[in-house]
Amino acid sequence: MLVAYPSQTVGPFFDFALTANAALGSMAREGARGERLHLEVRVFDGDGQPVPDAMIELWQADAGGKYHHPDDTQATAPDPAFCGFGRLATDNCGACRFETVRPGRVPGLSGALQAPHINVNVFARGVLWHLFTRIYFAGDPANEDDAILALVPADRRDTLLARPDANIPGVWNFDIYLSGERETVFFDV
Amino acid sequence: MTPYRRLAPGSQPERLHEAYRSTLQRNPRKPLIQIPQTLSEVTGPLYGHNPIGDTDNDLTRQHPGEPLGQRIIVAGRVLDEDGRSVSNSLIEIWQANAGGRYRHHVDNHPAPVDPNFTGAGRAITDADGRYRFVTIKPGAYPWRNHSNAWRPAHIHFSLFGPAFVTRLVTQMYFPDDPLFPYDPILQSIREPQAQQRLIARFDLDTTEELWALGYRWDIVLRGRAATPFEE
Repeated sequence: MLVAYPSQTVGPFFDFALTANAALGSMAREGARGERLHLEVRVFDGDGQPVPDAMIELWQADAGGKYHHPDDTQATAPDPAFCGFGRLATDNCGACRFETVRPGRVPGLSGALQAPHINVNVFARGVLWHLFTRIYFAGDPANEDDAILALVPADRRDTLLARPDANIPGVWNFDIYLSGERETVFFDV
Repeated sequence: MTPYRRLAPGSQPERLHEAYRSTLQRNPRKPLIQIPQTLSEVTGPLYGHNPIGDTDNDLTRQHPGEPLGQRIIVAGRVLDEDGRSVSNSLIEIWQANAGGRYRHHVDNHPAPVDPNFTGAGRAITDADGRYRFVTIKPGAYPWRNHSNAWRPAHIHFSLFGPAFVTRLVTQMYFPDDPLFPYDPILQSIREPQAQQRLIARFDLDTTEELWALGYRWDIVLRGRAATPFEE
């Protein structure tokens, strides 16, 4: 049997290759179904300083809870106006903003539905092996019985919640702390 | 539906690797939480966000003139851990020019920018998982991690594979580079055997007579586990 190859850092110089196409921040085209939202992701290091050279990748189901992928064998058709993948580099404030829709619920293990969530990979200089986490939506009643959230100690679950912006309707904020007191929960899959 | 095999512990770099200073403030101190794979993890984006252009896999033909440096071919196959081809999958690469300088506004290393070299390429693997890039050999370059620190010559590779959990961003190195023992990024991988996986080999069959040196580098992504999970 072969062994999967080691990861290495994306380094500081990726943006002319991987994130030159800013259109990858617009996941929901005109006419995409569901609740449209702007998701502002910010990345901070262990000193609470913004990380201006991170790359965020998102992967999510459409509003109907369907992944555009052959392994998703649910009978529903994927939304043709929605691209489940997004990728952006953070700016000098450590932030990037995706335009997407609130995902629907997708099946989990043993048939139970999962709460709406977005899958996230975080890459950066200093991150030798990308970090994987999930974004859930604060206030969603489905969070209460989500099997993956249940594996997270209760006092750390709020690190996985995006929250509606206090001032701008339709904007949700999700802060990622790579390290430190407010460290985000990262998953081993 | 079958989940992907967990990664073998020694096969990956240490996240907190003191010799690579910026790992210290940029990695979690708390243990990662192990979760089972669901539909969210075993699906993932499939190839092209954009169509691949004619010169995307030939970094020597993206400008009116030819870049300076040693012309090389880097070719290989993308496989899973069971040796099956990963076909129709996007590979993105990026690298410094022959002088060791990136086309990036933050790179202020005083080596010349080559107007005929961007250093970014893309390819889609064929039905047998094969890929091929034509480029120039990147130079080594200095960085500020420690005193007199130099990165060995490398090409960055980004691969998706079939699932979000098969995602791999890594670096390909060239054989026999004297900088290997001094490079904390390569040395963050503790197992010598795992380090070797990132080093391409010179290959006379890939080399083109009177034209370009050939390097061969196969890449292995996570494979499926034996048992399906219950949906």
